[in-house]
Amino acid sequence: MSSIFKRIKDKLADYRRPGYYKEFDYHWAIVVDIDRCNGCEACVVACYAENNIPVVGKKGCDDARIFNWIRIEKYIEGEYPDVRVKFIPIMCQQCDRAPCEIGCPVYATYHNQDGLNVQVYNRCVGTFTCATYCPYDVRRFNWFTYKPDKPLDEQLNPDVTVREMGVMEKCTFCIQRIRYAKDAAKDEERRVRDGEIKPACVQSCPTGALTFGDLKDPNSEVSRLARSRRRYRVFEELNADPSVIYLKRVMGNGKRSHD
Amino acid sequence: MGSDRTIEQIPYEDVNADVVRTMTETGRLYYIFLFLSMAGVVVLWGLPWAYQIYTGQGVTGLQTPAFWGIYLANFIFWIGISHSGTLLSAILFITQTPWRRSIYRSAEAMTFFSVMTASIFVFVHMGRPWNFYWTVPYPNQRGLWLNFMSPLMFDVFAISTYATSSMIFLYFGSIPDLAAVRDRVKGWRKEVYTVLSLGWRGTDAEWHWLTKAYTFFAVFIIPLAVSVHSIVSWDFALSKVPGLSKTIFAPYFVVGAIYSGSAGIVTLMIFLRRGLKIEKYITKTHFDKLGMLLVVMSLIWSYINVVEVFTGWYADTSFETESLRYRMFTPPFSYMYWLMIFTNTVMPLFLIFRKVRRSMAPALIISLGINVGMWIERYLIIATSLPRKFHPYMWNDYIPSLVEISITLGSFCFFTMMFLMFVKLWPSVSIYEVKEDIGIPFRTKKGHH
Repeated sequence: MSSIFKRIKDKLADYRRPGYYKEFDYHWAIVVDIDRCNGCEACVVACYAENNIPVVGKKGCDDARIFNWIRIEKYIEGEYPDVRVKFIPIMCQQCDRAPCEIGCPVYATYHNQDGLNVQVYNRCVGTFTCATYCPYDVRRFNWFTYKPDKPLDEQLNPDVTVREMGVMEKCTFCIQRIRYAKDAAKDEERRVRDGEIKPACVQSCPTGALTFGDLKDPNSEVSRLARSRRRYRVFEELNADPSVIYLKRVMGNGKRSHD
Repeated sequence: MGSDRTIEQIPYEDVNADVVRTMTETGRLYYIFLFLSMAGVVVLWGLPWAYQIYTGQGVTGLQTPAFWGIYLANFIFWIGISHSGTLLSAILFITQTPWRRSIYRSAEAMTFFSVMTASIFVFVHMGRPWNFYWTVPYPNQRGLWLNFMSPLMFDVFAISTYATSSMIFLYFGSIPDLAAVRDRVKGWRKEVYTVLSLGWRGTDAEWHWLTKAYTFFAVFIIPLAVSVHSIVSWDFALSKVPGLSKTIFAPYFVVGAIYSGSAGIVTLMIFLRRGLKIEKYITKTHFDKLGMLLVVMSLIWSYINVVEVFTGWYADTSFETESLRYRMFTPPFSYMYWLMIFTNTVMPLFLIFRKVRRSMAPALIISLGINVGMWIERYLIIATSLPRKFHPYMWNDYIPSLVEISITLGSFCFFTMMFLMFVKLWPSVSIYEVKEDIGIPFRTKKGHH
């Protein structure tokens, strides 16, 4: 009897143990080079198209119920003519010690073996706890059942669930693309190659500000960028251990941008 | 305990007759209030909730940073109200305080009904309430289990345990009274109370076991009640959100709960003794003692409040400072905040005067004021913390929608309805314990009737 309890206990502990993914093959991460971001929001549009995100219209935006899984935060500093604008793309940070995960009573959000913070739409009962606990405000709630207008429903991505009302959702790092790449790699009995997976936002970024890859592979592009001196993570002091790494924008005298 | 007596000498016979009278004789005013509260439940609660379930949580005023709103404020408020009845009754039982005896029954009923109201708010608040059973651990083929690390999960267990044990506590204490009522009524009532009184005959052995069971539950409930509201506070305190994540929240919430619950008892007793004409049993001495309790709780509550603000301000982190600034100095929240300070810290100080404690009108005003203030406190915790989370880019003000306000009012109607039904179906003053308070039996000149 006690062995059963122990097994259950171990299994439950696995779901929340920081570094759980380390025993597995991958640790997906995105590196955002803020120096390269020009705020075009192509990533936002691509994300909408890829993930069947509902468009809520003007009223929805006014009510702060916009569904952008990735958002470009704009910070404007200074007075004209000396104005500086900073753009920071923020998506789910896939924290390793995710504050949202401890909140969910039904394990609708949990940590998977790739270091991703996964949301199970079917399991969600809508207690809002995950969104409340999230320091990055990246979770989006289905306030109503949003149905796309007539011809637009045919452009829905068949690889991604359409969510019903009462369900929380958020950026998944385009987990459907990760699954496809991992399946293909498994068939060929190899690891996923660096650059093989491109989430919609990374794929569409015209300036290459976003890079996706495996942090466990020391030779991958993200690992190389993550070693940069400009590296920082948002709200590092909250100890959430996010997987999204930002590269600082260096505001110099206009002659030299960064190292 | 003759010297501590709170009730004048009343013949035993009259006690039984009076209590049964409150249950069988019903005035027109009662039916009017019952109808109004039932209509309120349907119109203000039932219909808007049905609309919300059908349409989605979008009919509320909730939006992206402020995912928690007035529903959770109500949830905590009602859980808080529930904290005094049973807890106070248990503490006073163990300390053998005489003034408990005529008020504890209705106080315990208040507990039970407010736990009910609060738990309905859990479902009102959920995005997909039809899946509520997923929050209960039941074996299933899909191998799904619950996250026992979630503070909400603690809540499910704490509140269901508390509701069950307070119900049992209420019922155990009522058995001799139900038997007394059984012996005095006719018709359908006779049959109902025959079943409910479980064949109570009043033998020595029965009294012995009843007292044992009752004492056991009293001892069990005191730590339980403290843990329940601590756990409710952890829904907030275990997050990282500035304004919610405070280490002092557990004791703050427990004290606040006892405070608002005691004020709730005062309000309820004033209506009860007028409505049922039982001024003989719920006397001014009771209000005197409850008033003293309110002063003490008010002082403790105010102290914790000051500590909370002071430590937040002294820490001087930008998130914490912003959350305090938003709560204390930004209209409309600043008005609510300072109103709360007035009703919960300043006004109860008048209860220091014996004269104020023993007169009904000031007691009513102060107790209602305390509950308004306590509701505001819960509302402010949620409505001013979440809209001012870490990302200034996402800041947004939360304004409750009509549906939310209506359901809030509906919950008060629901509570009133339940309580009105209770006073007619259950002996709302403990017959046998009031007799303990009266002391040794005596005969009046009229003789025994």
